[in-house]
Amino acid sequence: MTILFGVFLLTLLVITALAIVRTSHLFAAVILTSIFSLLMAANFFLLDAADVALTEAAIGAGISTVLFLGALALTAEHERATTVKRLLPLGVVAVTTLIMIYATFDKPRFGDPEAPVHQHVAPWYIEKTPEYIDIPNVVTAVLGSFRGYDTFGEVFVVFTAGIGVMFLFSARPGNRKDSRRRPTAEPGQGLRHYLVPRVVGRLLIPFILLFGLYVQFHGEYGPGGGFQAGAIFAAAIILYALLEGETQALRVLPLRVLTGLVAGGALLFGGVGVAGMLLGSSFLDYSVLSADPVAGQHLGLLLIEAGVGITVTGVLLSIFHAFAARGRL
Amino acid sequence: MTMALLVDIASWVLLSLGGAFVFIGGLGALRMPNLYARIHAASLTDTMGAMLVIAGIMLQAGASLATIKLAAILLFLLLTSPTASNALASAALLAGVRPHRNVLSKSEHSK
Repeated sequence: MTILFGVFLLTLLVITALAIVRTSHLFAAVILTSIFSLLMAANFFLLDAADVALTEAAIGAGISTVLFLGALALTAEHERATTVKRLLPLGVVAVTTLIMIYATFDKPRFGDPEAPVHQHVAPWYIEKTPEYIDIPNVVTAVLGSFRGYDTFGEVFVVFTAGIGVMFLFSARPGNRKDSRRRPTAEPGQGLRHYLVPRVVGRLLIPFILLFGLYVQFHGEYGPGGGFQAGAIFAAAIILYALLEGETQALRVLPLRVLTGLVAGGALLFGGVGVAGMLLGSSFLDYSVLSADPVAGQHLGLLLIEAGVGITVTGVLLSIFHAFAARGRL
Repeated sequence: MTMALLVDIASWVLLSLGGAFVFIGGLGALRMPNLYARIHAASLTDTMGAMLVIAGIMLQAGASLATIKLAAILLFLLLTSPTASNALASAALLAGVRPHRNVLSKSEHSK
């Protein structure tokens, strides 16, 4: 049954991917990308990767779509027709596809217990998590503690991406005439004239924030954590911006605060690592943070997840505001 | 006949009905002649289908935490799904898509 569902979802995935390539209507392509992410999330969930599914649904299908639409508002709606001959790209794609298909012959069968990934360090993580960290969600234990360096790197990738986007957008467009931009009716007004979305949206925002907090602090016990929670927090604020206008959202969380969040979250993560060093152990070793090593691990995980959530929220909102500000110019 | 079997049957009836509603909605979204009729077909059946499917799963889950979570999801869907349809229709109206009176004859004409 699971195989059947998997094949069904993957078939839909291929159809969606082909539709994205075929369409020249960029708005349709963005919506199709969102559908692609949602199908991918369902697929991850089918493979028992609930944490990854949650991330894909929140970031891939949710926030990315909003950011794509923000970018789309600054450009044309249709892809420009190309006159370039496509034989060379087609050849490259065909050869790459053949190589990839050839490479899959060396991969272990789906669900094979003898596969290298199940033989290497995974059994050790599953066996030692109750002893060293004592939390039910092994994914969080691996992500936050055993492989803390990787997560630290990921947070800094997000951080760097956010800084990069802010730099790109803070540059003034200069005197270049931009005839393609459509005039927006009332900039910064949001959906003020639409009663139903406003009322329902206002009703939902507190619960979205509450759910974000649940995902943030329940990450040690179930699927969730800082990355997913950050996306949910950002979604709540973006919804507020869409309803009440972007200027109103900036009054809630000014750009200065957002910049502080972007840097502060990453700093908190790094600070916890350095605290481990100062207390006489190695970087990102949380065991020394408390008298009891297991309690120390809990404290460390809580803090670094908070750091991840803060940075992700800050970066996503900064990018959103960067797009929105560009449209206002 | 045992209670468990009855609950199972009721649950499957609800699930199948929900599936049928969603299917009809999908059909309507593809086949209806203009945008507003399509929104109408998709939104009403979608809400009803979601209600029936979730009620069916709730019967499967029984009296547990999962049922409460499903109730919360249902409440969320009941609030958001009609709102999304409303926003879509408002946006279409704002973009200048006018609802026509003689939709069928018009669409036949354009073919």
